[in-house]
Amino acid sequence: MVSFFTHLINGLSLGSIYAIIAIGYTMVYGIAKMLNFAHGDVIMIGAFMAYTIISTMGLPTPLGIIGAIVICTCLGIVIEKIAYKPLRKAASPLAVLITAIGVSYFLQNSALLIFGSDPKMFTSVVPFQSVTIGSFSIPGTTIVSITVSIILVAALQTFINKTKPGQAMLACSQDRDAASLMGISVNGTITLTFAIGSAMAAIAGVLLCSAYPTLSPTTGAMPGIKAFVAAVFGGIGSIPGAMIGGLVLGVIEILSRAYISSQLSDAIVFSVLIIVLLVKPTGLFGKVIQEKV
Amino acid sequence: MAMLKVTDLRVNYGVIPALKGISFEVNQGEVIALIGANGAGKTTTLHTVTGLITAASGKIEFEGKDITHTPPHKIVAMGMAHVPEGRRVFPDMTVYQNLMLGAYTRNDPAEKAASLAWVYECFPRLKERAKQMAGTLSGGEQQMLAMGRALMSHPKIILMDEPSMGLSPIYVNEIFTIIETVSSQGTTVLLVEQNAKKALSIADRAYVLETGSITTTGVADDLLHDDAIRKAYLGE
Repeated sequence: MVSFFTHLINGLSLGSIYAIIAIGYTMVYGIAKMLNFAHGDVIMIGAFMAYTIISTMGLPTPLGIIGAIVICTCLGIVIEKIAYKPLRKAASPLAVLITAIGVSYFLQNSALLIFGSDPKMFTSVVPFQSVTIGSFSIPGTTIVSITVSIILVAALQTFINKTKPGQAMLACSQDRDAASLMGISVNGTITLTFAIGSAMAAIAGVLLCSAYPTLSPTTGAMPGIKAFVAAVFGGIGSIPGAMIGGLVLGVIEILSRAYISSQLSDAIVFSVLIIVLLVKPTGLFGKVIQEKV
Repeated sequence: MAMLKVTDLRVNYGVIPALKGISFEVNQGEVIALIGANGAGKTTTLHTVTGLITAASGKIEFEGKDITHTPPHKIVAMGMAHVPEGRRVFPDMTVYQNLMLGAYTRNDPAEKAASLAWVYECFPRLKERAKQMAGTLSGGEQQMLAMGRALMSHPKIILMDEPSMGLSPIYVNEIFTIIETVSSQGTTVLLVEQNAKKALSIADRAYVLETGSITTTGVADDLLHDDAIRKAYLGE
């Protein structure tokens, strides 16, 4: 029983990291109506930035985290401006999708060129090893991951529901033209969305590498895809959906690794997605688009 | 000087011309009706004026400033509101949130509160439903919300696209009464309507649009009694 709870908590920990990444995916999809497949690689860049500042330059940990967030935020804005914005009025939505895949390879190969292919050992940013409650101990990274994701989701919800830029984001996700007729700059709102999504990706990168300390240029690829699965699972475009989707995915992954097979765990994760989509094609919290006359 | 002046405006959808060089003027305080059949270019005209569609050539001036290439969000801030065809309320936001988005370009909380009070006075139903999701409102209520939302920006001119479309006769009358109220408060109105009879009955002047060109213009009362107009647009 104790081991089950340990696995469950580890699952929630991994799931909360997926959730932070998935929220970035889902927000960008909801507002820019595009799948940013380079999102996973922004995570990797965030982790490399933190690694460079903390381990290579020997600067304090908080500086490394802040540096990673700032650089990823700028990176997200630049990617959107250079790669995606010119294609916003393209005839086919495939144009921007293919570009996103291109940006993903560009980021991975840039990292390969700058940092090399050999994996780096990432030093955890969490200052304490573990907390022991009764008969089982919870790793420090687990506590921090879960706490940070709860704080981020609460902050994001408050931002969206209580502030003007947040309401503008919500309006753009529902009707872009109508939003512009309210005086909202749609381009500005999309930029803001990429900035927030990329900042969250940086945090996810630091947390992910604190929990699983090997860092290489492909580190972000798999978590990126899984977070995308989590976003679709929860209903793409829905922030609570991405949160729940991420947590469920993390728990399924860890439990299937522990009790079924560690080789098959990814296959199980994707099977669950397929089953959910067969039963409910819009995902858990997705909306059926209706036309009302 | 005209408040809104459109000169030789041309718009193409691909190779198909939608507006073939139209010119019209709206003066301060007027109610102008733009009438015409389906596909005549009425909605295209409004969309081009507020910047949702880019003009191929021609000029749009608002209060003497060239706004031909100004993006929509800046035009709203200049004092032009647009109630789009089909209401286009934000379905997953509350009535109150929709109204506050209408005041997005304004910052003074006291002025916003005053506008909100006035909108609630014009549309008491919106006040009753303030916390309801806009998507759950009836068509007529959504139209009221779309108009209320546009009024929240305290516009100098309001462009309305088919406000009576798909509404029951009771709502149609209510909507037209509100348009008259808005006009009497000093707001200039540019009204696009298929319900030509209703539109002409409240308008000062009107323009008739036929397949991308303005064919007739005049005082609304005269057009209401013009035989050709009566035959073509009033079903008589």
